[in-house]
Amino acid sequence: MSHEKVETNIGLMAILIIIAISLGGLVEIVPLFFLKETTEPVKGLQPYTALQLEGRDIYIREGCYTCHSQMIRPFRAETERYGHYSVAGEFVYDHPFQWGSKRTGPDLARVGGLYSDEWHAVHLINPRAVVPESNMPSFPWLEHNFIDAKLTPKKLSAMQFLGVPYKDADISNAEAAVSGKTELEALIAYLQVLGTAIKTKR
Amino acid sequence: MSNAWSIYIIVFSLVNILGCLWLIRWTSKKRTDEAGQGDVTGHTWDDTLQEYNNPLPRWWLWLFYLTIIFAFIYMVLYPTVGNYAGILGWTQTGQYQDEMDEAEKSYGVIFKAYAAKPVADLAKDPQAMDSGYRLFLNNCATCHGSDAGGLAGYPNLADKAWLYGGTPEAIKISILEGRNGVMPPMGAGMNEQQLETISAYVMSLGGREMDDAKVAQGKTQFDSMCSACHGATGKGNQALGAPDLTDNIWLYGGTPGLIKESIQKGRSGKMPAHRDLLGEEKAHLLAAYVYSLSQ
Repeated sequence: MSHEKVETNIGLMAILIIIAISLGGLVEIVPLFFLKETTEPVKGLQPYTALQLEGRDIYIREGCYTCHSQMIRPFRAETERYGHYSVAGEFVYDHPFQWGSKRTGPDLARVGGLYSDEWHAVHLINPRAVVPESNMPSFPWLEHNFIDAKLTPKKLSAMQFLGVPYKDADISNAEAAVSGKTELEALIAYLQVLGTAIKTKR
Repeated sequence: MSNAWSIYIIVFSLVNILGCLWLIRWTSKKRTDEAGQGDVTGHTWDDTLQEYNNPLPRWWLWLFYLTIIFAFIYMVLYPTVGNYAGILGWTQTGQYQDEMDEAEKSYGVIFKAYAAKPVADLAKDPQAMDSGYRLFLNNCATCHGSDAGGLAGYPNLADKAWLYGGTPEAIKISILEGRNGVMPPMGAGMNEQQLETISAYVMSLGGREMDDAKVAQGKTQFDSMCSACHGATGKGNQALGAPDLTDNIWLYGGTPGLIKESIQKGRSGKMPAHRDLLGEEKAHLLAAYVYSLSQ
């Protein structure tokens, strides 16, 4: 096979390029789908409740991930501020995970239990009411919008399809669990469970 | 990682690097059927565009070889492929632990020395209070404010009023274990008139001038409904976190409307526990800082 043959045969060149670039993915990505370290949940990790799952969708809809990460790296500067570094097994029920890559605001990987529900409610409606120097946007509509409970069972079964161990009872009870709840309540329920599977903060 | 995956990764990685080496060797090989060095190759694009057959510059080619040599050295030293641990024994968690140990060596002694001193003495040590202030900004200011002045629902820590006690011990327990303050909603057993009189009495406790008839009526209600927690004289009970109503400090606001709301709908205050996040020694220092604010 000469240089010329590859250069003048675009089909052959495409195949060779695909082989070359897929080697990296085959080595670095494919094994992760089968490793115990990345597919087994940490001890005590529970799938999100219906309300928490709805809150997670609000988190995604409002773009919280654009300013908040959910990934504490194993550096002292991070663990001093946020608690124990994140491990892969904490995210196995997250589809997709919300690790993020930018911190305009603080990391939220272990924000669960750090503040009271009341604090979160005030802070989400107007962050300046509790943190005067905050530059986080206000989300005043969350307390007025209600969760569309009709969709919740569908969301749970989608997660079940993706491997989250929901029981069929969880799915049939999902609508009742979230009906009448505001988006604010859902989002707070989600925030309050973040990172709580690992109890030791250091 | 299972051995099969480990071997899979090792084989693919080596094939990849050796493949690069082979590709460089193969493309730089002289071939008799190709144009000689410095001649045009004979490929023509767009009628006139031609290409010389020149070898890669040596230094450029050597950079390629160097990356391959680097890759092998790196693979031997560090945990690069599969289950191979690398001869340096480096791990991510090991590096983290080293960093923590080193910090413990330089800062651990400081916190240990602080922890050995009583809170009241520590509160007079300006250097300790500087550290305490930084801990406060990182952990407490989000709710209590950077000046510890508090907000509606989040107590002022710089004044003399304490919900759970202002002794060093009580402050330390508040930080380590957290607090749950619950004022139950009393509105269900109360009509508008009763709400009016009882709030009038509560405001009179705080020193405001109110209608005497209302106050007298409100007092009987207070005695039966509120005194169990707030005390017969309205001085509060620090064991329950029931606030003193006579000091004219209002955690949830002191307007007639807000006082009525507190009575009618109740309030709940939650101070989260910080034992896991801070540890005993830092909590001690923070307690000293908070204690110093009201001294």
